[in-house]
Amino acid sequence: MSIPWHRPSWATPLARHSEALLIPVGALLAGFLLFALFLALQGKSPAEYYSLVYKAGFGSAFSWQNTLVRTAPLLLAALCVALPARLGLVVIGGEGAIVISGLACAQVAVLTQQAGTAPGMVLSLALMFIASALVGAAWIGAIGVLRHWRGVNETIASLLMTYIAIALMNHLVEGPMRDPNSLNKPSTAPLTDWQRVGQIPGLEVHWGLLAALICCIAAWLLIDRTTWGFGARIAGSNVRAAQLQGLPVGRMIIIVTAMAGACAGLAGAFEVAAIHGAANASLVSGIGYSGILVAFLARQNPLAIIPVAIMLAGFEASNGLVQRRMDLPDATVLVLQGIVFLAILSSETLYGRFRVFTPERWQPLPAEGEISTVQQGNPA
Amino acid sequence: MRKITSTRRGFLKTAVGAAGGITLGTGLFNQSVLAADLNIGFIYVGPKDDFGYNQAHAEGAAAVKAMSGVSVVEEESVPESIDVQKTMESMINFDGTTLLFPTSFGYFDPHILSIAPQYPDLRFQHCGGLWQEGVHPDNVGSYFGYIGMGQYLNGVVAGHASKTKKIGFVAAKPIPQVLLNINSFLLGARSVDPGITCQVIFTGEWSMAVREAEATNALIDQGADVITCHVDGPKVVVETAAGRGAYVCGYHADQSPLAPEKYLTGAEWNWANVYTGMIKTVQEGGSIDNFVRGGLAEGFVKMSDLGPAVSDTARNQFEATRAEIMKGGFAAIKGPLNDNEGNVIASAGESFEESDVALESMDYLVEGVIGSTS
Repeated sequence: MSIPWHRPSWATPLARHSEALLIPVGALLAGFLLFALFLALQGKSPAEYYSLVYKAGFGSAFSWQNTLVRTAPLLLAALCVALPARLGLVVIGGEGAIVISGLACAQVAVLTQQAGTAPGMVLSLALMFIASALVGAAWIGAIGVLRHWRGVNETIASLLMTYIAIALMNHLVEGPMRDPNSLNKPSTAPLTDWQRVGQIPGLEVHWGLLAALICCIAAWLLIDRTTWGFGARIAGSNVRAAQLQGLPVGRMIIIVTAMAGACAGLAGAFEVAAIHGAANASLVSGIGYSGILVAFLARQNPLAIIPVAIMLAGFEASNGLVQRRMDLPDATVLVLQGIVFLAILSSETLYGRFRVFTPERWQPLPAEGEISTVQQGNPA
Repeated sequence: MRKITSTRRGFLKTAVGAAGGITLGTGLFNQSVLAADLNIGFIYVGPKDDFGYNQAHAEGAAAVKAMSGVSVVEEESVPESIDVQKTMESMINFDGTTLLFPTSFGYFDPHILSIAPQYPDLRFQHCGGLWQEGVHPDNVGSYFGYIGMGQYLNGVVAGHASKTKKIGFVAAKPIPQVLLNINSFLLGARSVDPGITCQVIFTGEWSMAVREAEATNALIDQGADVITCHVDGPKVVVETAAGRGAYVCGYHADQSPLAPEKYLTGAEWNWANVYTGMIKTVQEGGSIDNFVRGGLAEGFVKMSDLGPAVSDTARNQFEATRAEIMKGGFAAIKGPLNDNEGNVIASAGESFEESDVALESMDYLVEGVIGSTS
């Protein structure tokens, strides 16, 4: 079918890009609508729910602080899922990397607490973060190694390694690394004041947010804007084709999983240095799992992670007010997340189904005589 | 003695502001936040119907709700992280809360300690007894109960009910509070029969249903016929044990509805009494002490009603022991007593009353407890 009206030159790229935007946004709206239906069936007002989410998540300076402070670790946890996903690996063990590298951060802090001079202090802080990133990189990188050399399923391995990380953390915090003064809440010795990460001036959100945003942008540049990232994406789409092209798939898997782990490691370091001030069982708070949701909703695009994480953080920030005002259980936000997750995943099957998004359809009309070939698309 | 009265002006300001904001804003939030009310917020780490730690606090909150001149907001399943800091601030900003009860032990450091100084006119009451004069902010208070005596009484009833002379304890973590409960449970049972032993299994987590069920089954497989526990929500332990035909002693809250036939008694928190007392003090213009503790006698702790399986002899000894504890000066940990590795804990004539500070750093299991702290 030909389109009679004028076809400007920008229509083709617009069609291609709007598919990538409109389908997820549409799925998101469909998810919200389904959730509204769910609320209505429970006899609760969807309008009140969404206005409370706005009020407590985005409606005031405090609401934004609340949302953004929850966004920071979500961004890093989501990168831990999204980076390997571009290589076709489903890694769900970010939680373990966060916990174990938080522990590493606290341990390095304890070891370097004696630093008295300014350069010593800077070195101590740098070591805390480097150690966390390295431990996180080793933790998730090990999953890449197992995947590449032993063919171990990375999803199962990363999940099981999370249990190991938590058990190891509990063992060390309750045993060798325990601060004898932490009687009923076993913890490592507290960080000294200068080892604590402060807040971005004027924002009341710790520096982890800025670090996480930089990581997202860097990850996007690497994966979507470099030759190396292009190679990684080829390996992700078709590993055999990548191997035939001579791409070093194994090395890519290990490097990408290690980078993913380093992101989770930074999240753990900020949790300890900016929030908890020591490592203990409170580090196990499910951020790693929320990151999976963010990464999938963002369709593994490191830039799209940013708005998605802010949105989810806003929902979590408003969860309390919703509980208190509407008398809904705390699991409500989980139902919403579940519905939205399903909507987005189901929408994956819609790509290429809508003719309006087909770039060919919007190509400027070819010269007379070529029409039939172009429009059939397949001259054979 | 810190005055909570100093917060009243701030409270009025906040409450009036909040009420004004709500009236001026949309009519959507027609919550009953009255300027005359004392706005109180309760925060729980788990579900408030967990038959355990959180339910005990929620029952206290329910008693406060029933008082006049107060309005109560609650939030459950709030992690011990930035989440609880923001929940406190959210209650302050959106609900005009001036008196907060963040009830989980892990909320104190660093969360309450970093929020409280920012709101010097408000009051933060933390359950756990961690407040120290001169170290922590003056607008923070802590309260806790000596529930070890409740486990001692559990042990007395368990000692009578056990036929195998083996009793079992499902514990979360080997920390002082939990160790005191385990030791008290066994010593209560040994006051009936010195031959009784108590096996303990640590699950490693405050709330992990699968391991709690496994631990309960393992204890019963090894011959234990009375089970008690110290985990956040004893529901799984109670139901599993009763399902296997063992007797159970409760903890935190009343679990008798879960096992009406097999439930002997239980060591419960009496937060309803503690909280209503605190609120009354505030309403009358008085001040809540920064550091409050109490046991059975002070109404911080209570025992569940004895179940149908409790014999008359057991009942008599239970009542007699309770009366003795209420009188004061009773000690569960008293010499001569060794730990289960043979080290002397208390020599003859030495004793540790429930309020003894030495008990707060307990790191041993007494002789007769089968298990290890590490």
